[in-house]
Amino acid sequence: MFKNGIEGFTEKVRETQIWKSIFRHGPPDNARNRAAVVAGNVFLHLHPIKLKKSGVQLGYTWCMGGLTFFIFLALTVTGVLLMFYYRPTAEYAFNDIVALREHVPLGIMREIHRWGAHAMVITVWLHMFRVFMTGSYKPPREFNWGVGVILLVLTLLLSFTGYLLPWDQLAIWAITVGANMAKATPLMGHGGPGASLAQIGDFIMVSDKNDVRFQLLAGRFVGEPALLRFYILHCVFIPLVVGVLIAIHFWRVRKDGGISAPL
Amino acid sequence: MSDEKETTINRREFFSYLTVGWVAFTAAVAGFLGLAFRFSYPNVNFEPEMDFLAGGPQDYDQGVDERWKKKYGVWMVKMEGRLFALSNICTHLGCIPNWLPAEKKFKCPCHGSGYYQSGVNFEGPAPRPLERYKITLTAEGIIKVDKTKIFRAEKGQWDLPDSFLKV
Repeated sequence: MFKNGIEGFTEKVRETQIWKSIFRHGPPDNARNRAAVVAGNVFLHLHPIKLKKSGVQLGYTWCMGGLTFFIFLALTVTGVLLMFYYRPTAEYAFNDIVALREHVPLGIMREIHRWGAHAMVITVWLHMFRVFMTGSYKPPREFNWGVGVILLVLTLLLSFTGYLLPWDQLAIWAITVGANMAKATPLMGHGGPGASLAQIGDFIMVSDKNDVRFQLLAGRFVGEPALLRFYILHCVFIPLVVGVLIAIHFWRVRKDGGISAPL
Repeated sequence: MSDEKETTINRREFFSYLTVGWVAFTAAVAGFLGLAFRFSYPNVNFEPEMDFLAGGPQDYDQGVDERWKKKYGVWMVKMEGRLFALSNICTHLGCIPNWLPAEKKFKCPCHGSGYYQSGVNFEGPAPRPLERYKITLTAEGIIKVDKTKIFRAEKGQWDLPDSFLKV
């Protein structure tokens, strides 16, 4: 059909208007076009055009940052799929979680999401450990270390908020215990240091109905408003913030001179 | 020519307007963040009332009564000539202990804190006794429990008026 077999076929495809409208550079058979492949792609352009040899050495990077990102994507995809069957209400939440295992096709979907969540926490820690051990937090990379620390905290918050959603006894009491840490926040929690100072006569300024725990739970204890609030935080709010910070994190790796080389 | 002078702005004026614009923008963003913060505190929630009427003192036998535990989180305890309203929130990390009648103690399932019938802690990680709530009699002789007022043993508040009823 084509004169030169598969090569002739790809050449024909590359000449079509559809292909040219999507990929506006020539075939990546020279250094200029290979750079254009990266620079002309909205996803790839966050990544450096050229890498140091050590940047792809597994023994140096452990690929922990890349693995973390891969798991984050897997969690996003499985999480969105789970949202089709989960209703964050006191009446349905627990039954929907059971149904995800017992009645919905591919009951392993929730398990992937759960195992992935555990794995992501582990890889984030190992990534931080690697960055620390290779001294990659040093100038000019201090800012990116800071972004990374925020991403670590957000990863833990994603785990924390997701933990309530099964709505079983373990979840409710774990979040009760966790939310009581917010109660002990200085000045902002009604059980924390400084809260008793903010009292004028009999009027208590920081109480269980206006402190940070109340804000987190939308109530005095873990009830249905807390379930909805954690659901929104887990599925929308924190992932959006994490997504933006991941973009900044990757872009700064490139702008700060790529993955740091061995010392 | 003169018209043109009136309708154009010079560099200095342009930066003045720019400054005003940025200040207004920053103020708007800050204002919206403040509104978003206020938005996160609901005006109304559907939790049980913080005070409730609990019948007459003669309705309770000696020992621990669990009738208000589920709805209001309160144990009514009658002992040593006193009736008091004991909080069911563990002072360790906020779980709900169980009353074990055979062993005559409250036992928290989360981390094993144990309390005597009086609410005083004696085992496990609990750092202090269970709290007691304000308990009074209305004019009609009905018990009223008010959970917004707390009495703590470690502050020597368990002998204060309104922390118990004489029975």
